[in-house]
Amino acid sequence: MLEAILNGLSGLIAGFQSLDWRSLVMLVVGGVLLYLGIKKECEPLLLVPIGFGCLLVNIPVADIMGKEGFLRVIYNMGVNTELYPLLIFVGIGAMTDFSPLLANPMTFLLGAAGQCGIFLTLLLALGLGFDKLDAVSIGIIGACDGPTAIYVTSKYAPHLLGAVSVAAYSYMSLVPVIQPPIMRLLTTDHERKIVMGSVTGQVSKTTRILFPLVMTVLGGLIAPKGLPLLGTIMLGNLMRESGVVSRLTKASENEIANIVTLFLGLSIGATMAGGAFLNPKTLLILGLGFIAICLDTVCGVLFGKLMCFLSGGKVNPLIGAAGISAFPMAARVVQREGQKYNKKNFLLMHAMGANAGGQVGSVLAAAVMLSVLSGMGVIPH
Amino acid sequence: MEMDKVTFGITMLVCGMGGTLLTLWIMSLIMGVLRKVFPFKEEKQN
Repeated sequence: MLEAILNGLSGLIAGFQSLDWRSLVMLVVGGVLLYLGIKKECEPLLLVPIGFGCLLVNIPVADIMGKEGFLRVIYNMGVNTELYPLLIFVGIGAMTDFSPLLANPMTFLLGAAGQCGIFLTLLLALGLGFDKLDAVSIGIIGACDGPTAIYVTSKYAPHLLGAVSVAAYSYMSLVPVIQPPIMRLLTTDHERKIVMGSVTGQVSKTTRILFPLVMTVLGGLIAPKGLPLLGTIMLGNLMRESGVVSRLTKASENEIANIVTLFLGLSIGATMAGGAFLNPKTLLILGLGFIAICLDTVCGVLFGKLMCFLSGGKVNPLIGAAGISAFPMAARVVQREGQKYNKKNFLLMHAMGANAGGQVGSVLAAAVMLSVLSGMGVIPH
Repeated sequence: MEMDKVTFGITMLVCGMGGTLLTLWIMSLIMGVLRKVFPFKEEKQN
């Protein structure tokens, strides 16, 4: 009987006995993510489930990511199938008003310039010895768009999913800290004070409905490998702008997006098991992700300067920094910076246009990237 | 023969960035035309 009691007790201490230093470190990392999400409110919708998933997966013996573990089921259900990021894209499309972009179509180009970081970081990652598809997944952090990064990484470098996702979401929430010093460094006092007129004209409903359709068809024809990304965000936007399926629009931006965000966050956290996550590559990925977002800002502001030059000084180059996908955070950063130097300057709507362009640009850049990879035979046709 | 990393990286930069810029430029032209063809009319808005 004593033996039975001892055996029973051994079951209660098995978790402690199996706890190694890597699990302990990751429990702390999970705690830090929860702290950032709860206390600092940095992307809490993602960081709370990611942090908790990280805690769950690093508690030994539970084998929660084992073959029949509940996190494995959630992971297989939507990350392996790429469904989660795509469903989130329907929600993003349903939530996003592209009118500021359509009111000033030239800001599409700022959205393109803001994607430079993706490709430059890809080059850096290759230089640091990463495999081609690993480098692609690291570069995509520069899209500054969580679902895009998750979609590409889960498809082509699933072993990097935890690091890439954490980097993407962490740096997105740090945009207000990362961007302003770069914006100040690259612009002159005179440029920062340039007052831009109000965004001219409103956009008709027909144009707003045609935008997702044209974007889907044109983008799909140019970059068919990325059509799931483009198609889902544009479907969400078409539902929003058509105004005839408000129940679906509301479900996409609320219930569906919320449920999928919970599952996605838990799935990402579940990839952060100490054994796989704690290695020098993770640190490199976090570093490269930071560089990617800095490069996006650099290229965006430089393109803004070019537009300023070509327009005879009518464009404030600061709006170039908003050409990334962090919506509407980047636009707010531009507005705040612009007002620091000229209280009468209202750059928000221009920056919102560039920011919406950045959202389209990030999805399109990923789509183009996948189609180029397919064309080169690096991924299957 | 497998492509070396330099060729791969430069191709991605040129085709990837070029493709993104080109597509968005075309989009900006198309949307500019659509705005002119379907101008905003106050009375038709909800």
